[in-house]
Amino acid sequence: MDKNSAAGSRLVELRDLRVAFDGVQVLHGINLDVAKGEALGLVGESGCGKSVTWLAALGLLPGKAMVSGSVKLDGQELAGGPRSVLESVRGGRIAMIFQDPSSSLNPVLRIGRQIVEALAVHRSLRGEAARAEALRLLDMVGIPDARRRFDLYPHEFSGGQCQRLMIAMALAGEPDLLVADEPTTALDATIQAQILDLLIRLRKETGMATVFISHDLGAVSQVCERVCVMYAGRIVEEGSVADLFAAPRHPYTRGLFDAIPRLDGGRERLIPIPGTVPNPKHLPKGCSFSPRCPRAEDGCREARPPLLALDNGRKLACFNPVPPVAKTAVRIVEEALA
Amino acid sequence: MSPLIEARGLVRVYQVRRGLFGRPIPVRAVDGVSLTVMPGETLGIVGESGSGKSTLGRMLLGVDDAQEGEVLFEGRPMPAMNTAEWRALRAKMQLVYQDPLAALDRRLTIAVQIGEPLEIHDLLPKEQRASHVAELMAAVGLRSDQADRYPHELSGGQRQRAVIARALASRPRLLVCDEPVSALDVSIQAQVVNMMRDLQEEHRIAMVFISHDLKVVRNIADRVAVMYLGRIVEEASSDVLFKAPQHPYTQALVSSVPVPGQLLEGRVILQGEPPNPANRPAGCAFHPRCPIARDICRSAVPQLRRISEGRAAACHVVAGEPVQAEA
Ligand SMILES: Nc1ncnc2c1ncn2[C@@H]1O[C@H](COP(=O)(O)OP(=O)(O)OP(=O)(O)O)[C@@H](O)[C@H]1O
Ligand SMILES: Nc1ncnc2c1ncn2[C@@H]1O[C@H](COP(=O)(O)OP(=O)(O)OP(=O)(O)O)[C@@H](O)[C@H]1O
Ligand code: SF4
Ligand SMILES: [Mg+2]
Ligand SMILES: [Mg+2]
Repeated sequence: MDKNSAAGSRLVELRDLRVAFDGVQVLHGINLDVAKGEALGLVGESGCGKSVTWLAALGLLPGKAMVSGSVKLDGQELAGGPRSVLESVRGGRIAMIFQDPSSSLNPVLRIGRQIVEALAVHRSLRGEAARAEALRLLDMVGIPDARRRFDLYPHEFSGGQCQRLMIAMALAGEPDLLVADEPTTALDATIQAQILDLLIRLRKETGMATVFISHDLGAVSQVCERVCVMYAGRIVEEGSVADLFAAPRHPYTRGLFDAIPRLDGGRERLIPIPGTVPNPKHLPKGCSFSPRCPRAEDGCREARPPLLALDNGRKLACFNPVPPVAKTAVRIVEEALA
Repeated sequence: MSPLIEARGLVRVYQVRRGLFGRPIPVRAVDGVSLTVMPGETLGIVGESGSGKSTLGRMLLGVDDAQEGEVLFEGRPMPAMNTAEWRALRAKMQLVYQDPLAALDRRLTIAVQIGEPLEIHDLLPKEQRASHVAELMAAVGLRSDQADRYPHELSGGQRQRAVIARALASRPRLLVCDEPVSALDVSIQAQVVNMMRDLQEEHRIAMVFISHDLKVVRNIADRVAVMYLGRIVEEASSDVLFKAPQHPYTQALVSSVPVPGQLLEGRVILQGEPPNPANRPAGCAFHPRCPIARDICRSAVPQLRRISEGRAAACHVVAGEPVQAEA
């Protein structure tokens, strides 16, 4: 497989992607590349624009949304192009799965038929060939006894199995990119681990790129190689999972890490991020995070820090970042107590 | 010290229809659960979706009927639902659940709603109520200028604070919290968890904390009960349960929690799906998914047994003397 660094291996390029609803801007210029075969995580708190980014890129937002910017697939512009281009890409070269499988599975159609239909649309398979391929996909995503359950309806499957069915549908178009939007949030911990495992395995087997949207930093670190942290409609930090998890530089990223209770820890007090996420209608002046930021300086409340490149393909939007080797606050507390 | 609340052999059977015209089949949502909560103690309840956690929580408060078993509050049997005694007792036991928006009335300001229990239970002289509400708001970290806001004018975290303030208004001895922070973002979740711990320590409130988030339960609970298909399969102090889970289901559950920066490889990934409660497997309900199941697991139901000080498990292999004797 190609090395991710080569410009030629770029599969999807988002440039200055902006979205507004009813005159309120919620996405403020997203620049993002997804390389062929890579697994990219998108994290951030509710409402920061994770879903809207990909819904906008795939033309899935409602008509009232004002979208601007560029979306390229293998160098070909998708934004503002003819509908037919986008429609053939969607579900074909790029597939998207959502948190709630019931929103995408048709409740009154047998699941075998739904997958066969997807195969007809995206790969022109019919008859026995389509059926055989559908069975192969069901097998691949781990639906036990697929042959016998081919003619069941979605409600006859459990939540975890419905998510597997969704993934099978997504794979029907042999996508180059699978966008998985919180695919495990509604599932039990043990089933969640199964689905994460499945996503990792499928990427290995098919070589498709994965964008994994989640607010769970733990889940992201298992599935992804690279991660983007979003806050209030912007990317504020980006880097390899290994680097960024070892030493988060943005005070928000660092705050997210510190706020998560640890399973292997004691019962120490949690370290919350004070305040709340800003209302997109009334974003603070300067850095959007400044009212909640422990490291904010006067300048942070005046100007907005741009997203700048650091070493190792890392990017950061902060005037006063966490020093590279700073320990997490939890550890400082632990050591003080020791 | 005697327990604040004690459940003995609670059973809840729902009649569930399969399909529109199917005949109703009994589902034992809670199947013989016993537990105690001491004054000021926090008992965490975790387990698979559908394992009966919420049903158990409602039964502890007497808002869901038990078909078998009983609940004792301060040593006395729980009065029947909707009697005057039950209503009086309800002031001492409050429920906080996941969706604060559904728990609040969108037409009333939050100050009015926080004060509601005072009115319902006629707890304070009228002229003192406003100042008590102001104290409660301060205690949960709401600003006084938010008193006249309506629920939709607050953030999710602020709404949950309002719900908790209302639950605290009647100075309860027991809070049953059903997924109270699950809908909140991590940064806000940490604020609310800290606040709940502070309030609990300050007022010595006992808490039953139901959640699927093991990390939060680890942080807030003194003791933890793990449920699987209507039964408690393991119980231990929070300190030891997460460090050294004994029951194979607890082991899989703890192992499935994604830890930032730690790879999935090497973790136990439980195979198979949770069983259908309407079709409970014979023997140990966990045996079809259990990596260490033996013959006896397929036929005999393992009882919850003490395996060491303050620690119990329902597993033939982990806790069963009969199996050990055989081996
Ligand atoms: N159809 C819509 N109409 C109006 N506003 C919308 C719509 N969809 C999203 N928004 C707004 O856009 C912003 C970004 O939403 P988005 O769904 O991308 O958040 P998210 O990061 O995916 O959050 P979550 O973790 O809750 O899924 C939010 O402020 C949201 O309220
Ligand atoms: N009112 C009801 N009528 C019929 N069945 C019910 C009812 N409430 C719960 N059940 C069933 O009882 C079982 C236990 O449900 P319960 O809601 O207590 O589980 P839970 O552990 O809280 O799950 P979750 O983690 O998904 O909230 C489930 O099989 C559920 O379908
Ligand atoms: S730019 Fe300033 S306010 Fe924003 S995150 Fe960095 S230090 Fe904090
Ligand atoms: Mg979303
Ligand atoms: Mg529940």
